[in-house]
Amino acid sequence: MELRTIVQALRQSLVEEMDRDSSVILLGEDIAVFGGAYRVTEGLLARYGASRVRDTPISEVGIVGAGVGAAMTGLRPVLEIQFNDFLACAMDQVCNQAAKMRFMMGGQVKVPLVIRAPVGATGRAAQHSQSLEAWFMHTPGLKVVFPCTPYDAKGLLASAIRDDNPVMFFEHKLLYGGSSPGGKAKTAVDGLGEAFRAAPEGEYLVPLGVADIKRAGRDVTIVATGLTLHKSLGAADILTREGIEAEVIDPRTLVPLDRETILASVRRTGRLVVASEDQLTCGVASEISAIVAEEALWYLDAPIRRVSVPDTPIPFAPGLERAVLPQTQTIVDAVRSVMAGPDGRTPGGGMS
Amino acid sequence: MDKATALGLYRKMVEIRRFEETLYYLFSTRDMPGSMHQYNGEEAVAVGVCAHLSPTDYITSTHRGHGHCIAKGADIRAVMAEMFAKSTGCCRGMGGSMHIADFSVGMLGANGIVAAGIPIAVGAGLTCQVQAKGRVSVAFFGDGAANEGAFHEAVNLAAVWRLPVVFVCENNVYGFSTHYRRTMLLEDIADRSAAYGIPGVVVDGMDLRIVHAAAGEAVQRAREGEGPTLLECKTYRYMGHSRFEPSSYRTREELEEWKKRDPIVLFRSVLLAEAGASEAEIAQVERTVDQVIEEAVRFAEQSPDPSPGDWRRYIFAGETP
Repeated sequence: MELRTIVQALRQSLVEEMDRDSSVILLGEDIAVFGGAYRVTEGLLARYGASRVRDTPISEVGIVGAGVGAAMTGLRPVLEIQFNDFLACAMDQVCNQAAKMRFMMGGQVKVPLVIRAPVGATGRAAQHSQSLEAWFMHTPGLKVVFPCTPYDAKGLLASAIRDDNPVMFFEHKLLYGGSSPGGKAKTAVDGLGEAFRAAPEGEYLVPLGVADIKRAGRDVTIVATGLTLHKSLGAADILTREGIEAEVIDPRTLVPLDRETILASVRRTGRLVVASEDQLTCGVASEISAIVAEEALWYLDAPIRRVSVPDTPIPFAPGLERAVLPQTQTIVDAVRSVMAGPDGRTPGGGMS
Repeated sequence: MDKATALGLYRKMVEIRRFEETLYYLFSTRDMPGSMHQYNGEEAVAVGVCAHLSPTDYITSTHRGHGHCIAKGADIRAVMAEMFAKSTGCCRGMGGSMHIADFSVGMLGANGIVAAGIPIAVGAGLTCQVQAKGRVSVAFFGDGAANEGAFHEAVNLAAVWRLPVVFVCENNVYGFSTHYRRTMLLEDIADRSAAYGIPGVVVDGMDLRIVHAAAGEAVQRAREGEGPTLLECKTYRYMGHSRFEPSSYRTREELEEWKKRDPIVLFRSVLLAEAGASEAEIAQVERTVDQVIEEAVRFAEQSPDPSPGDWRRYIFAGETP
């Protein structure tokens, strides 16, 4: 059976890894009896029992700390933090403990830990809407994964669970594509078509550190993650009608980052737009832009453009939320601006 | 407790004391890297608890971790070399005093963040429970850590899952400069156990026999699947909070009063009066320890520094730069 939603893909990945390795256990708030706030772990308590699938108290420090200690001593815990915003409660255990343990102890220990957490703005205001990937990119010792299709989600989660390091695994709420306890969850996946590649059942791995060119193009490179990746594909469809062929790259993992795929693309196209749903300053787009500026400046025909959230908390009012998030149209506008020459005239594709 | 066991525990306490005294001398007379937090005065706690553990049991420790490391059976040469930031150190010179660890004996690390080791010990306890081999995990922490959220979350989690964990609070009266009674209204931190529905026990942390007996019961409860215990050991740190901190917040009289009940002096008299050890046997143990510490210093001095690029080796597992 093909798995057409990220929720199904993640669940099947957990099933396959838990079948394969009895040291894989699940901890999190409301993941066992209730099946998870976004239903990812539905049915797993019945399948694997209360020793391996555990509801926790609302104790993020306790959850992550227990995960770290269990990982150091032979288990492979997969933690669910209900919203990535709640990771702020557990930052010491994530950034001072999990990330640094192996380093501080001179390589004596492995910390094979996965921390899954939903990201993205869905109308729940500033404490349930963030995309915090960049916080963790800034802490050496953590890997950072962010799939945007069922296919990638399943293969990346399997790789993350088998990895011997702590992995932050981010999932965009609007890409889950599943139902919520109250019915169908808010979703952005219905119109995505083939770009939302389904996952097959059965074992396959998507390696960490390998980007995926989701759409090939010769005129401009768009690097984007999560939901903004799909918005970028939408932007590319619009731009193609104007004769602009955008190449859209999904890094899939932010740490390790596949710099070579990004740099090779920019060297071909000569233009770069980076779109991400985190805040602008010191964000995902900032880092990718800096790498390209350092490594491929002489290949650029136009300044790099970042499309991120301005430096503001996410507002509640739907119109305001929409206004601060990267949208298909803002990505289109950013591409048009890098395609324009210094005089504002669009020279068309194939400049380099 | 038979004579051989008693002499073995005495030796561990003397190892810790000599290790700390030697380090103090080294820091006073040489340019040693970094800082340190010393365990003098608290030896009966680490030794009394770890006496019940095997190398396959786990402990987590604190910024004041030298005593726990030695009591759990870590290689003293490697621990000393870590103080010197040498490549032969237990952490290859990457961690120093605040991160000493020896996974080969289940010592999961000192920790630079107050209370952070407590939830990690709970995680180790989770492994022990899931794998069901009768192993246990012990979290050492101070009075100051009992006011961190991590303590409360961790103890509650261990309680509700009945994990095989012993929480050992070393109440050494001061969190850095602040008397613990200025940070909580309780006389006994063990009273907090009631909030989590687990047993709380208060003991004299200067008397090895008493710590040993209480820890034995708590470890046995954990091994038998009866869940965690909060064991508070009343003790005292002789040295400043860190390296040469002058202890302006306490009186000399207070310090001298505690030293009258020094755990090593106290247990030495027990050895003679009750365990049937002779002065000659005790002196032999002390000479052996002196040699062990001297050899550890020599080993550390003669060891090479880490190579300049060594930091690349330990960031991620499974990568060889």
